[in-house]
Amino acid sequence: MENSTLITIEALKKHFLTMSGRFTALNGIDLTIGKAEFTGVVGPSGSGKTTLLNIIGSLDSPSEGRAVVLGQSISDLNVKQAALLRRSRLGFIFQSYNLLPVYTVFENVEFPLLLLRFDDSQRRRMVMDSLEWLGLTDKAKSKPAQLSGGECQRVAIARAMVKKPEIVLADEPTANLDAANSHHILKTMVQLNKEFNTTFIFATHDDKVIGYLRRKISLIDGKVAKDEFTNN
Amino acid sequence: MKLLFKLAAKNLIGAGMRTWLNVIVLSFSFLIIIWHKGLLDGWDRQAKNETISWETGGGQYWQASYDPYDPFSLTEAHAKIPSALDSLVSTGNIAPILITQGTIYPRGRIQSILIKGISSNQKLLKIPSSLFIKNSDEIPALIGRNTATDNEIKEGDLITLRWRDVHGTFDANNIKIIGIFDSDVPTVDMGQIWVPLDHLQKMMGMPGEATIIVSNKEEQGSILAEGWKFRNNEVLLKSITDMIKMKSAGGLVMYIILLSLAMLAIFDTQVLSIFRRQKEIGTYIALGMTRTEVVGLFTIEGSLNSILAGLLAAVYGIPLLALQASRGLSIPGGSKGFGLAVADKIYPAYSLGLVVTTIILIMLTTTIVSYLPSRKIAKMKPTEALRGKIQ
Repeated sequence: MENSTLITIEALKKHFLTMSGRFTALNGIDLTIGKAEFTGVVGPSGSGKTTLLNIIGSLDSPSEGRAVVLGQSISDLNVKQAALLRRSRLGFIFQSYNLLPVYTVFENVEFPLLLLRFDDSQRRRMVMDSLEWLGLTDKAKSKPAQLSGGECQRVAIARAMVKKPEIVLADEPTANLDAANSHHILKTMVQLNKEFNTTFIFATHDDKVIGYLRRKISLIDGKVAKDEFTNN
Repeated sequence: MKLLFKLAAKNLIGAGMRTWLNVIVLSFSFLIIIWHKGLLDGWDRQAKNETISWETGGGQYWQASYDPYDPFSLTEAHAKIPSALDSLVSTGNIAPILITQGTIYPRGRIQSILIKGISSNQKLLKIPSSLFIKNSDEIPALIGRNTATDNEIKEGDLITLRWRDVHGTFDANNIKIIGIFDSDVPTVDMGQIWVPLDHLQKMMGMPGEATIIVSNKEEQGSILAEGWKFRNNEVLLKSITDMIKMKSAGGLVMYIILLSLAMLAIFDTQVLSIFRRQKEIGTYIALGMTRTEVVGLFTIEGSLNSILAGLLAAVYGIPLLALQASRGLSIPGGSKGFGLAVADKIYPAYSLGLVVTTIILIMLTTTIVSYLPSRKIAKMKPTEALRGKIQ
């Protein structure tokens, strides 16, 4: 399963204009990522991890080179096509959870399904399934402000997984969590990866996350310094 | 669209106090605009109805020389009542009025006055001319409450009246005030004395003549009479229509101020929302909403304020406005000087058209004001927005 390619990146470069001139965040990346991988892009701050994830997630586009995600070239997508790609086939998990504050846990998890126009009963079933995987059934009616950090991140994972996307992009998902919560979250993601064959791609420099990865892509100064598979 | 409305409503309710402050301000605007416009419409309706009942009937025939704004025209402005109208005059369905200038001397002071002769059997106007029949005095007269008050005249008083007849000869006699009537129409009251038509015709040496003939609603000037011009109510009530239009224009300034305040609050909230909710905007985009949908969501959120305001205004406004529509609004006595029919109380008239127009106007304005700051979202970089970075 892991051999079918979902993401192909060729000679990818990304430049940003800053006050002090042009800054190159990614400088010639070549990668392929397959189905059901549990991969991490690791490296120090400023190495280009988040930029790479943003491009894979069609939130940003390459300055040079190609990024083909699920058969679609990111550079060729217009704003609407990119939104549709994210809506239907990608899931996101953020460092600061990015839950919608006025919605309950149920409504937060339901949100991607509303965008996909699932009917009421289908949505309800899928949300409850998702909450059950993450052990959040009893928190369905709570608002994010009433939850702990670990619970918030579990809601974010439930939201990312509810539509069963092909790829989940997780940007520093454990940065705001203590060790126990981090391990709990990571174990959950490993389980979901195995159960649904979802590809997980992390941007992280957290050793706890690195310990769970089956593939570690090390970035330094916008270049792939090392790309290694582990025995996890 | 349905989804955006659902999400917008949820966000708006979730915003709590900020939403309610906007909604309260906006609901005041709704109410004041409807109240003020309803008051003017009510005044317009009352003033026209009263003027029709007391003065203009279904329109008036004017003798060709008659000009109400030129008192000197009265010397010439009289002619025989057309024979085609004889039957209507005898049944009291139309009311010929002879008008001339005169002078009275209340409490020894000289006072110019218009003398109006009206038939005692007329049933068209509210002038209580039937009182002339019961009275056997030589010259019985009626005056309005304001003329009576201004000149300290009481019922039963004898007053000297001087006039100039058709030959230019001055004559004078005592008249007896047999009744004082209350009318909201100043043009049948201020500086006027009403006497029986046949008396005035005799006094003036103008038998069978009149200056104007008030028509009834059915006849409406359908009879052609040589030397007479018909004036319909559109012309006769033009001064009221013009005054209401002028007042409405004045009210427009108030609407603009009120709406501006409400819109400023909404604009401010929108700008603040977009500034504070960048992370949320980034999240919407990351989860797959298009930028147009996010702009739509924020615009709908802003414009939903007007729907909530409309509902809130209905909750406290309907009972308030209904109460005032039934009890009326007292008008200070000094307002008689307006020169228009002003009743002691004005009963506002709230039409469906007025309410619907106001709702549409406010909703449209709110939507535009909500959309303007929301356009900024379309220019945001989602990657920056996700980090909550100010753009």
